[in-house]
Amino acid sequence: MADAVPGFLPRAALQHLIDALIAAGYRCLGPQERDGAILYDRLTSVTQLPLGRHDRQAPGHYRLEASADPRWFAWANGPQALKPLLFAPTEPLWKVTREADGVMHFSEQAVPAEPTAVIGVRACDLAALALQDAHFMAPPHADAHYMARRANLFLVAVNCTHPADTCFCVSTGDGPNATTGYDIDLSELEDGFLIQAGSDEGRQILASLPLVPASTRQIALAQSQTDKAIAAQSRSLPGHNLRAALFANLEHPRWQEVADRCLSCGNCTSVCPTCFCSSHNEVPDLSGTSSEHVREWSSCFTLDHSYMHGYVVRPDTRTRYRQWLTHKLGSWHEQYGRSGCVGCGRCVSWCPAGIDITEEATAICGGGQHD
Amino acid sequence: MTESAAKPRVAVHKFSSCDGCQLAFLNLGETLLQIAELVDIVHFAEAGPLDPEAAVDIAFVEGSISTPDEVERIQRVRANSRFLVSIGACATAGGIQSLRNLAEDNQWLGQVYARPDYIATLDKVTPIAGQVKVDLELWGCPVNSRQIVSAIRALLFGVVPVTEQDKVCLECKRQQRVCVLVAQGTPCMGPVTRTGCGALCPSFGRDCYGCYGPAENPNTQALARRFEGLGLAPDAIARRFHAITSGAPAFHEAGLQQSDLKRQEKDHGG
Repeated sequence: MADAVPGFLPRAALQHLIDALIAAGYRCLGPQERDGAILYDRLTSVTQLPLGRHDRQAPGHYRLEASADPRWFAWANGPQALKPLLFAPTEPLWKVTREADGVMHFSEQAVPAEPTAVIGVRACDLAALALQDAHFMAPPHADAHYMARRANLFLVAVNCTHPADTCFCVSTGDGPNATTGYDIDLSELEDGFLIQAGSDEGRQILASLPLVPASTRQIALAQSQTDKAIAAQSRSLPGHNLRAALFANLEHPRWQEVADRCLSCGNCTSVCPTCFCSSHNEVPDLSGTSSEHVREWSSCFTLDHSYMHGYVVRPDTRTRYRQWLTHKLGSWHEQYGRSGCVGCGRCVSWCPAGIDITEEATAICGGGQHD
Repeated sequence: MTESAAKPRVAVHKFSSCDGCQLAFLNLGETLLQIAELVDIVHFAEAGPLDPEAAVDIAFVEGSISTPDEVERIQRVRANSRFLVSIGACATAGGIQSLRNLAEDNQWLGQVYARPDYIATLDKVTPIAGQVKVDLELWGCPVNSRQIVSAIRALLFGVVPVTEQDKVCLECKRQQRVCVLVAQGTPCMGPVTRTGCGALCPSFGRDCYGCYGPAENPNTQALARRFEGLGLAPDAIARRFHAITSGAPAFHEAGLQQSDLKRQEKDHGG
């Protein structure tokens, strides 16, 4: 639970937070400009943060631009945040070796799980994390690799004040403010941060920082920023639960229309913070005496993903896009008790063809009211 | 160690090509010695062994068929081989030389060569599969060592080699690369191109130019429309498809559609 009254951390003191996390034994990651986008990378100094950077996003379009804004977090999410830190894009799960006497020896691969603190996590990604937790940590087949990394994760959220044109977290109920799932939550103001802890570990870090109680004016300022961020979002899904509407429209002509535009390239599923599908491959060494079992990110947009014993279930883009959308916004409800979309808008911005999930869902489900 | 005679026999043949794909073997270094312990390399001119007519278990074939003698030679290679594996863009799609299939006549011969009558070429360049049955195709310009080793290992195990046919984008995102099409507006061929290169060009901030040929289920029309949106003229779009793997049917057709558009524009524009 968050503490009732937030503290205030002056802008000049943010370095203390990074230092405190490093002193507590965390590898610190934070947003930085890389190759024209905001990515998460090793962070030791506030000077690495994307000072004054704004992003311009539209379907199939992402650009950063400079401004005189004194803020470090005046941007909406880049292509990735937490997913690759927990669900590794490629990793060996186990290895089999054939010993000299012919006996096969199986061994688990070590999981590198360094204590890691991530600064700058947005509310949509915290909501996505909860969904990934539900998938990877559900007994009786909890994923050991995911669990080990998850247990070592410390999250510093930053409430979103600059949603992109492609964002729609308000419509999914997942933002723009972080409400749960963080260790520390920040609201960035021009002269500093409202700061509060959401866990005992977070409270311990806060205790070492030079905080003063936030003033009523500062709290009101943060609230007005949030109100503006909410008002700034123009995209929305046509309802929270589209399961019935989607499955009632499996033969809608729109599926073919979107398939004509869709590249079936899997960029949407790769940048989606909740998509979890993978493929598993045996990678033998040349001698033929050992082989690694490697898991890597896959996608419902590939042929192999729907191949079953000599039969391809989804041979074309129409059926693959339909699989993605009906799962993400429909059958996800049965599996995990909610929609698989957290409104981050990444699949809209990073689709090379500029396909907009909110537009497609609205066209297929119709304009009427849904739950 | 098994007797030398019991080891599978391997040949590496070259047809019309630049020899670059054979470097996927030579660049292996020590691993090539390991391969030489697992198989007998009986013919590999670039590396030394010469026995072009030898019967082998696996024949790797580099290059396209572009001359009359190559038409005959590939038949003999096929007859002498249990498994025929074509390697590289030339062998799988005709390569850069199949651009001449798009020319309407052979006038260029006279422009390029002082004595065109010395040149014996076929009217059309074809990939290896255009002449004989091919058991496995490894795409790329050039193919890389990982593809070669993976194929040899699978064949030694007696299992079907893994077919890599997803789009480059999937590998690009697994490597956490920032999309050069979305973030830079460059006309990247990744969304229609076959994976296998390790997203090499995008990992250096460059747009993919399609050297691994078409992926499965490529939507070339949608990508061409996207390139148009980025400001590319029809002939520039055609050149994206008509490059190293212009002979692959999906890219061949996509490029021709753009050339037709250009022609129509000219006709209408006067």
